[in-house]
Amino acid sequence: MLKTFVVHVENKPGVLTRVASLFRRRAFNIDSLTVGRTEKPEVSRMTIVVDADQDQARRIEASLYKLVNVLLVEDITDEPAISRDLAMIKVSAEHDQRSHVLQLVNIFRARVVDVAPESLIIEITGTEEKIDRLLEVLGPFGVLEMVRTGIVAMRRGAKSSTFPQAEDMDEITADSVDDENQSV
Amino acid sequence: MTKTGAQILWECLEREGVTHVFGYPGGAILPAYDALQHSKIHHVLVRHEQGATHMADGYARASGRVGVAVATSGPGATNMVTGIATAMMDSSPVVCITGQVGSKLIGSDAFQETDITGVTLPITKHNYLVTHAGDVARTLREAFYVAASGRPGPVLVDITKDAQQSSCEFDWEAAKPQLPGYRPDLSPTSEDYAKALKLIQEAKRPVIFAGHGVLISGAMSEVRELADRTGIPVTLTLLGLGAFPASHPLNLGMMGMHGEAWVNHTIQDADLIIALGMRFDDRVTGNLKTYAPKAKKIQVEIDPSEINKLVKVDVALIGDVREVLREMLPRLQPIDCSEWRGYIDGLKGDAAVRDIQNLPDSGHLYAAHVINDLWQETRGGDVVVVTDVGQHQMWEAQYFKHETPLSLITSGGLGTMGFALPAAIGAKVARPEAEVWVVVGDGGFQMTMAELATIVQEKLKINIAIINNGFLGMVRQWQEFFYERNYESTPLLSPNFAKLADAYGIRSAVVTQRSQVVPAVQSARKYDGPVLIDFQVEQEDSVYPMVAAGAALHEMIRRPNPLVETAEDE
Ligand SMILES: Cc1cc2nc3c(=O)[nH]c(=O)nc-3n(C[C@H](O)[C@H](O)[C@H](O)COP(=O)(O)OP(=O)(O)OC[C@H]3O[C@@H](n4cnc5c(N)ncnc54)[C@H](O)[C@@H]3O)c2cc1C
Ligand SMILES: Cc1ncc(C[n+]2csc(CCOP(=O)(O)OP(=O)(O)O)c2C)c(N)n1
Ligand SMILES: [Mg+2]
Repeated sequence: MLKTFVVHVENKPGVLTRVASLFRRRAFNIDSLTVGRTEKPEVSRMTIVVDADQDQARRIEASLYKLVNVLLVEDITDEPAISRDLAMIKVSAEHDQRSHVLQLVNIFRARVVDVAPESLIIEITGTEEKIDRLLEVLGPFGVLEMVRTGIVAMRRGAKSSTFPQAEDMDEITADSVDDENQSV
Repeated sequence: MTKTGAQILWECLEREGVTHVFGYPGGAILPAYDALQHSKIHHVLVRHEQGATHMADGYARASGRVGVAVATSGPGATNMVTGIATAMMDSSPVVCITGQVGSKLIGSDAFQETDITGVTLPITKHNYLVTHAGDVARTLREAFYVAASGRPGPVLVDITKDAQQSSCEFDWEAAKPQLPGYRPDLSPTSEDYAKALKLIQEAKRPVIFAGHGVLISGAMSEVRELADRTGIPVTLTLLGLGAFPASHPLNLGMMGMHGEAWVNHTIQDADLIIALGMRFDDRVTGNLKTYAPKAKKIQVEIDPSEINKLVKVDVALIGDVREVLREMLPRLQPIDCSEWRGYIDGLKGDAAVRDIQNLPDSGHLYAAHVINDLWQETRGGDVVVVTDVGQHQMWEAQYFKHETPLSLITSGGLGTMGFALPAAIGAKVARPEAEVWVVVGDGGFQMTMAELATIVQEKLKINIAIINNGFLGMVRQWQEFFYERNYESTPLLSPNFAKLADAYGIRSAVVTQRSQVVPAVQSARKYDGPVLIDFQVEQEDSVYPMVAAGAALHEMIRRPNPLVETAEDE
């Protein structure tokens, strides 16, 4: 099943590579990964959607924590949360088709962000399902190009993510693998 | 005070308690080498950077202190890769320092530029690229802290040439580590403790697993108290050997692919496994589907990502073994497992008959004889045996009875041939008073024998026992068992090892008979320089018992009755 993790990391060069490399090395399948800035300049936030069972999810969380630059990992799969994907869709819209397309844009509360003689670019934000459905109905008109950002997610309500700050440092003192391993 | 990045580097190492580093110079690390003249640190010049990393690893494993290896950019750094991966697999605290091309040249395919932080990303616990002198001190402090704390591991610090050359204000106090996301100190909940204690107290057929984590944690006396107090027998992983005295009546010996037969049967019949600092490697479990089917499992482990990785456990106690055991010991009562121990003793009887070491001298020299005699001769002393990878490694594990911690150093997880000789150099540097023996195959020895010169240059008293069987023996054994004796590419030509030793000014001996083993060992021990002994052993002997890859743990290939075998030979 799909699990959604929110991962707070130090905003430093190379951290995205470390996270991506971890998923590759442990053979976990990433469904989507987004990364961006947050309210704190020293922290970046990733939303990672992975196909994993409960045991794997625990191991992913523990493996992420092993990365020195990872500050906090939250599995929000079963929590009330808002998740959003953004897509830009270039759809062919000849003169006689245009009004049909615009109708759909309205129904889906999407926006037209570029108009050209033979095409439109539509921007839509929403859940993955909503975007999937818009794509489905635009299909017959001819989708020329499409790009999606992948999911960003946030827990509902006042509870926010708390994670350790650099100052805390002072306190510091010092799928089961059934395949036989045929290596000598 | 203003210092160059290179000066800061050595000063930080000194402040971290480093007295020796193992390295090899080159262009991108030259500023650091230039500044070395003002440092008290002794630099051991290796013959290959792989050797430097194994030496740092051996140093760390022999002493528990962080080992340090130094190399230049490009080929110097890439030569370190095998040693870094070896240290990573076995959780060994090593800091590798590499030079890098100037920061303005990075990304331009400059001469000897390799993206070594990229290359080593999956085989280091953490790594750094430093491009400013001002970051050298904090980065090194972080590197040492990360390498040694929690589950230890290798950390690589790649420092550009300009960061070594340029100057900045040096303030050790101000350069505190900043690791907000790094939390190596974890401890179990009181609920977990209660569950674990209940399982132990209710067990009828329990067994304790002592792994490498026991040695890393320094929990030997706690493990001993656990066994003594409860009466539960103990078995060890390869990397755990020495964590519990071999002579202790509750010590069953090693588990796993080449573990004792009675131990593997014990595991399959047990109703409780108490795993201490071991990670259920596939050499330990055999087929997971049939592994320890009747046992509840308690795992004491510092790294949460190890829990339920391969073997599902009933209770996980996340934390340092020593601390966890200290918490539990006062709350444990003796349990009655005399019947269970009697049962295990019964399993032992059968195996002892097959033990080759008890055979009369038939004129054939077996590796088991060499190891047994070496153990008998060196008993009671402060001895470190450093083994390579292959059959000889398994025979050492079976026949050398390790009484004390840190008395065996071997590459377990990666199984790196060529590890032993350089790792032994590191061990000897870390513990100059200890008697160091290298036990190595004819194959693995030839992978890193260039380090013989390092032994001589550093005037180290190291004894080298080559178990020379004329084969890549462990692979030959697999060919014998699983590939119809098609000995493709495993017969191995070797130089005259005695003459080779001569060329380095190392004393040598050749042993072909069992009767010569003890005198050769005695004479090597008396001599105050390095000695190499070429033990020319039986060529086609195999390591028994053996759990074939993918087989259940109790399905072992056993040694054909040796008495019969010997009779046929004659
Ligand atoms: C040819 C060959 C054959 C082999 N055959 C066998 C065999 O028959 N039997 C066998 O046992 N091995 C065998 N091995 C070795 C095997 O591959 C593994 O290396 C070994 O079993 C690992 O032992 P370990 O789990 O104790 O140590 P490690 O792999 O070092 O794992 C240590 C564990 O302890 C944890 N730890 C570290 N510090 C602490 C702490 N302070 N507190 C709590 N936990 C901590 C770590 O996180 C880790 O999970 C063989 C290797 C080779 C090359
Ligand atoms: C670097 C490396 N290459 C290949 C192997 C595969 N391998 C495992 S054991 C072995 C044979 C070792 O031969 P030798 O050193 O003579 O020891 P023996 O088994 O004969 O005691 C080989 C090739 C390995 N473990 N490491
Ligand atoms: Mg050999």
